[in-house]
Amino acid sequence: MKTTFLDFEQPIAELEGKIEQLRFVQDDSAVDISEEISRLEAKSLSLTKDIYAKLTPWQIAQVARHPQRPYTLDYIEYMFTDFDELHGDRSFSDDHAIVGGLARFNGQSCMVIGHQKGRDTKEKIFRNFGMPRPEGYRKALRLMRLAERFDLPLFTFVDTPGAYPGIDAEERGQSEAIGRNLYEMAQIRVPLIATVIGEGGSGGALAVAVGDALLMLQYATYSVISPEGCASILWKSADKAADAAETMGITAPRLKSLGLVDRLVTEPVGGAHRDHRAMAVALKKALQDQLKQVTTLSPAELVERRMERMMSHGRYKEISLH
Amino acid sequence: MSWLQKLLPPKIKRSEGVRKSVPEGLWTKCPACEAVLYATDLENNQNVCPKCNHHHRLRARARLDLLLDAEGRFEIGAEVVPMDPLKFKDGRRYPERLAAANEETGEADALVVMQGAIRTAPVVVACFEFDFMGGSMGSVVGEKFVRGVRAAIEQQAPFVCFTASGGARMQEGLFSLMQMAKTTAAVTQLAEHKLPFITVLTDPTMGGVSASFAFVGDVVIAEPGALIGFAGPRVIEQTVREKLPEGFQRAEFLLEKGAIDMIVDRRQIRDKLVSLLTLLQRVPAVQ
Repeated sequence: MKTTFLDFEQPIAELEGKIEQLRFVQDDSAVDISEEISRLEAKSLSLTKDIYAKLTPWQIAQVARHPQRPYTLDYIEYMFTDFDELHGDRSFSDDHAIVGGLARFNGQSCMVIGHQKGRDTKEKIFRNFGMPRPEGYRKALRLMRLAERFDLPLFTFVDTPGAYPGIDAEERGQSEAIGRNLYEMAQIRVPLIATVIGEGGSGGALAVAVGDALLMLQYATYSVISPEGCASILWKSADKAADAAETMGITAPRLKSLGLVDRLVTEPVGGAHRDHRAMAVALKKALQDQLKQVTTLSPAELVERRMERMMSHGRYKEISLH
Repeated sequence: MSWLQKLLPPKIKRSEGVRKSVPEGLWTKCPACEAVLYATDLENNQNVCPKCNHHHRLRARARLDLLLDAEGRFEIGAEVVPMDPLKFKDGRRYPERLAAANEETGEADALVVMQGAIRTAPVVVACFEFDFMGGSMGSVVGEKFVRGVRAAIEQQAPFVCFTASGGARMQEGLFSLMQMAKTTAAVTQLAEHKLPFITVLTDPTMGGVSASFAFVGDVVIAEPGALIGFAGPRVIEQTVREKLPEGFQRAEFLLEKGAIDMIVDRRQIRDKLVSLLTLLQRVPAVQ
């Protein structure tokens, strides 16, 4: 797969182009240019490291939305076995923007749920760009309850621009569907470990992400509103998205330092899209650790701990009224 | 400004509705029926237009005043005040916006919670103040809400919330998003104690407030004509590129779609709440 380069990666793209050309002529060349190639490859790697070490929050948002970034089904393929996808909300339809099903994690039965985006135009439309409608959230809830009935741990993967803002979604109760999930997830009696793998878009993300641990990939984002949305409301111009991304605090390191994320999972050099397998290996290790921390708890302890977690969120001052 | 403009008298600004309390003696025009109303008449009618029944917005404390018995009121969570965890800045700094909203409303944040009684039946009521940064939900709103729920459990009293909010507060970033999870998790405790939780959705109830505890009430009520939804009409129009149907996302539309239990006129809400709460709690009717 040929890597798609983002705007700020253009110096890397040029270098990679040069390497590509040299490789092409290498076979016919009388002189040995392999040394030159490996020199350029090393340069490309260090350039990538340099650029990625200094990404702005807005650039990170671009990486989180990278068209080649691994999606939920990619992670399922790399980290789980025996995946049996389960479909439908049993009352309206099957939402393709959310996938879920039974699987094995290191041999152990579990339930996996996640947003799913599409790669090409046709698939993007089929997946509605990863923007679920109420039936998607209701399918997710149905699978969570199924997991609870059979004592299966839950893994959820977050990657959505947000819940779908459409007429049909409103008519079928988008608000209720999201709110209901928040309500039920607060009480579910099995471990729930959520990971933001790409875009964590507001309520549409939160609706599958209330749990016992929240993980975030290094270049994933999680925010209350998209930087563009925030900019167009507060600056009256979507062009100020970079400023909005900066001040809102949407990146994994910032959210970790604010105590809103439990664990940051480091991505391969140049982002998860450069090496899906390596990313999956790193994430699987993190999920294993996280699961170990909660499997010893009884269902009652689990729910109580989760409740305390939810109640601890927020920053405010207390003043004396007298 | 040119010297000519300076000489001309400033244009008279038309006030929209009666969002701010109108000084006595002023006339106001109802945006729904365009009737010119004497402000006092409107106020005496709970801010409902006497001509067309249009429900104008109502300030949080005015609503609590109309709802709760005069005796035994006690405010909850007044000690909780906002801070600026992100050092948020757009054109203006967040603390400046907070100060301006405080100046305008007299409130420290966008939720007022009171313990009291309706026709002697004890209750805890949380009321959103829309005039405080669009009733947006940040850390203080979430915490006050939770303290209200806790007080209800301690008092073995039902919990009622009147919503009026544009959604989550952007200036507190992900902390605001987490208030959705926090408030909704809190209301699960009411069910555990068999205490009724009723929501009354007033104009407008959108975004993060709509998509959290608003629709998980044991009974969900709306005020006539209230705009209620997840995404704002403008965002939807931009997404689907078609004109929205007449009355879309209005209370009447939601009732039709099965999203809410009933629409109740503001002037009947006291009686309706007493009736529902006594029925749910299996206690004799209040005379």
